[in-house]
Amino acid sequence: MVHWSAEEKQLIASVWGKVSVEECGAEALARLLIVYPWTQRFFDNFGNLSSPTAILGNPKVQAHGKKVLTSFGDAVKNLDSIKKCFAQLSKLHCDKLHVDPENFRLLGDILIIVLAAHFTKDFTPACQATWQKLVGVVAHALAHKYH
Amino acid sequence: MVLSPQDKTNVKGVFSKICGHAEDYGAETLERMFTTYPQTKTYFPHYDLGKGSAQVKAHGKKVAAALIEAANNIDDIAGALSKLSDLHAQKLRVDPVNFKLLGQCFLVVVACHNPSILTPEVHASLDKFLCAVGTVLTAKYR
Repeated sequence: MVHWSAEEKQLIASVWGKVSVEECGAEALARLLIVYPWTQRFFDNFGNLSSPTAILGNPKVQAHGKKVLTSFGDAVKNLDSIKKCFAQLSKLHCDKLHVDPENFRLLGDILIIVLAAHFTKDFTPACQATWQKLVGVVAHALAHKYH
Repeated sequence: MVLSPQDKTNVKGVFSKICGHAEDYGAETLERMFTTYPQTKTYFPHYDLGKGSAQVKAHGKKVAAALIEAANNIDDIAGALSKLSDLHAQKLRVDPVNFKLLGQCFLVVVACHNPSILTPEVHASLDKFLCAVGTVLTAKYR
């Protein structure tokens, strides 16, 4: 089980409390598809992903980004049982979606950049460290049921 | 990974906007890297890594200077960083995985201080550039 200090829990809660799941989720997913274009391979049915503008304006990207970050919120609410929380999603990503777990790490790093741009100076090194730990734990949990 | 003409323009644009703060950004990049990825501290047992460390500031300045040099010679990063590449291969031997960690922290620093510069397109170009620098610095490892 992952240990979270009181400070880490506070940094997670205070950031999450100010995040627009809809906006940040959409932006994070869009940036993933733009910065690492090979990740588009999972979204053939999303329509127009032909340019950064198209990706940013794509309603399916926005909706899915919101869905992904909403799910991420489950980790925030269940810091002491993240693996259990994502067990089903892990099986889904392995068995049905066939997503290389490396993509979870890529999305995690992108989310950090989105948070940094949003919070600017408030995104202190301690804040970044805590959130990188969280995205790492989530990525690990999503990969946990892979076989 | 090839840098397109647009990538090069984007990268040069970033560095022209941040060059006045490059030293500070270099130091902050290192501070974030040591805090976020403690294993990276193993390469600096001889440093004081406490907050405000003069050694970290000085080293951050060097790192920033190298990135600026690469950006200024973006058509031939391998040539511009050849000596640094030798140094990393023969003496420093920093494991290649760490360049990605440094790159991530540099992106965070740019995002924190200049969120408006880091559009998705520029983010992509800068990420590619940082990968290219890492590739050059580890090219002679074996």
